[in-house]
Amino acid sequence: MALPKYADPLERAWHYIYLVICALIFLFLIAPILVVMPLSFNAEPYFTFTEKMLKLDPDGYSTRWYDLLLTFGMQEPDAVRDSSWWADAWNNAHWIQATKNSVIIGFFSTILATTLGTIAALGLSRSEMPARRAIMAILISPMIVPIIITATGLFFFYSWIGIQNWGIPYLGVVLAHATLGIPFVIITVTATLVGFDHSLTRAAANMGANPTRTFFKVQMPLILPGVISGALFAFVTSFDEVVVVLFVGGLDEQTIPRQMWNGIREQISPAILSVATILVIISIALLTTVELLRRRSEKLRGVTPR
Amino acid sequence: MTDSTANGEMLTTADGRPLKAALAKAEAHAKRRAFLLVLPLLAFILITFVAPIGQMLFKSVNNEGFTVHEDLGTGVRTPIMTNIAAWFDENPLGTDPGEDAYEALAKDLVVLRELKAPGQAGTRINYELSGSRSMFTKAARKAKKLKPPYKEAILDLDEDWGSPKLWQVMRGASSSFTSNFYLAAADRQRDENAKVVMVNENRQVYVKLFMRTLNLSLLITFLTFVLAYPIAHLLATLPLRHSNLLMILVLLPFWTSLLVRTTSWMVLLQSQGVVNDALVASGILGDENRLQMMYNRTGTVIAMTHILLPFMVLPLYSVMRPINPSYVRAARSLGATSWTAFRRIYFPQTVPGIGAGALLVFILSVGYYITPALVGGADGQLISNLIAFHMQKSLNWSLAAALAALLLGGILILYWLYDRLVGIDNLKLG
Repeated sequence: MALPKYADPLERAWHYIYLVICALIFLFLIAPILVVMPLSFNAEPYFTFTEKMLKLDPDGYSTRWYDLLLTFGMQEPDAVRDSSWWADAWNNAHWIQATKNSVIIGFFSTILATTLGTIAALGLSRSEMPARRAIMAILISPMIVPIIITATGLFFFYSWIGIQNWGIPYLGVVLAHATLGIPFVIITVTATLVGFDHSLTRAAANMGANPTRTFFKVQMPLILPGVISGALFAFVTSFDEVVVVLFVGGLDEQTIPRQMWNGIREQISPAILSVATILVIISIALLTTVELLRRRSEKLRGVTPR
Repeated sequence: MTDSTANGEMLTTADGRPLKAALAKAEAHAKRRAFLLVLPLLAFILITFVAPIGQMLFKSVNNEGFTVHEDLGTGVRTPIMTNIAAWFDENPLGTDPGEDAYEALAKDLVVLRELKAPGQAGTRINYELSGSRSMFTKAARKAKKLKPPYKEAILDLDEDWGSPKLWQVMRGASSSFTSNFYLAAADRQRDENAKVVMVNENRQVYVKLFMRTLNLSLLITFLTFVLAYPIAHLLATLPLRHSNLLMILVLLPFWTSLLVRTTSWMVLLQSQGVVNDALVASGILGDENRLQMMYNRTGTVIAMTHILLPFMVLPLYSVMRPINPSYVRAARSLGATSWTAFRRIYFPQTVPGIGAGALLVFILSVGYYITPALVGGADGQLISNLIAFHMQKSLNWSLAAALAALLLGGILILYWLYDRLVGIDNLKLG
């Protein structure tokens, strides 16, 4: 935004004040996320910068909290770090267990949400779809309804149908997380389908392709970027979800957010900050992926950036 | 469309069917196909989302604590308190409970004792009249030894059995269906004549909490608007190359775990935290009067404003981006000051974005749970936290359901409004 030539001094002054205000707001947005990174390397169990840290003294920094993440819950954390130590960590360390659970739950709920969501988005984006508005409102509602209400409802429903006796581990949490991820899949995939040229499917049908073949050979490659970003949204939703897990998850179904939640409520230690740092790095990676996918999708669909 | 041509011949398809019928059939077929694609997901959502919430809301008007005992092991359901319920049916409200009423009560207490269910029945009464649970457990323990005249025998156990309020509450509870939990959620109760009155002033918590939730949500919506407007404007007017880079600063918080962002604010706002340390080090604050910014309302407001800010920036940005800058330039060339041009030309064009963002942020903040639970302390709690409290701690599930129903009702109205004004299709995620 360039300042016009005819601006008077007052406007000039305001322009620079405005830029400073914007910079401060951006700082407000980003600082809380960045501040945990250096603090997670604090050598002391404090949540603030020690004098040594400010002087950039190497003694002020350590990786002890990352080490604690690895060893917390191990049977023999102090043994020599050979292969049996690593096996111990893999099998017993609480945070590693939580990561495993989070990945399993996230993976299956993402598959479920993405499959059902993409098929439904194909239907929803057709002009013939009956009662489109009402159905769309129902499908998006898991994003709007307060999470505590969803969790409470599922708690009663699952105990009523006795889902924990079905013998399928994680089933309740996976179904719930799929439900919570579906709105994101619907929104991203229908957005991709808005610019979709339906004469392509007609052309495919004209050349003798059946609907399944048309979908996989013509539609799917074009909407794939949208589907993948929807899937990433669904995965992040599950990976970050704590309330439903607290209400319906079994005792052995500890996930990363649940472990964090317990850590924050009981005795918050800088180990939480090291988890937070790792999660921030993951979200930076995911954001980059989604951004690249969005550009690719725009290129594929021939939409020029606004 | 007409069915016939000018010379009266029916228009038909190649295989001889009337054109209109063939079209209708094709359209119906297309409709069915579109619907069948959506059906699996719709069924999934109805089963795993709508049905559970419906079932939970049903609990707000239905409580079988005083009417049916269900054995947890076998699942056998036995009606309880049947004699007293029969007495209530025969005698209208206001009848003084006589010997027959007490005899029915004594018989029911024996049944309770056999089923080991006095706690359950007592708890149900206790929701509306505190202190009555122990009366039931105590009386049921001695139920078998009770001899006629029952009235005297029971009043001997505890004088409070004669209280008209207790009998009124039992009358209400003897039916599984009740609206009393909604009354409780609105800080009201029934007195001994079943008239609706306010509860004692020191026990009026729910209306206050609803008001607080509303106020804080409005405040948060306003703050996100104030913070989002300048940066959305900046993003919308910068060339795309630069604005895409700055957009990352908005999207990164959006993608970062909610717990991580809440933790960061805990770290920043603690009394020994970064913000206070910086203020003390720069000499603005003395070491002894560090600001208390966490475990109170301030913490909730700051953290939630930060967390919900992207939901305001994104709709504003998508409305501001297509605004043609020549409108403002035209206004300036006609002699408007930059303030007038902004106020009369630019701002009115951004109102749809403000509406969309404000509604979305408000809807999301009214139901917020995690952040207030972690940084809210006592006076930064919202209505969701109270629902969780009644679910997990006080175990008054019907009251939790009634509170949830009220909250959900409000949110659905706002959601409907959002759909009307903005359209769900226009929801954008970065």
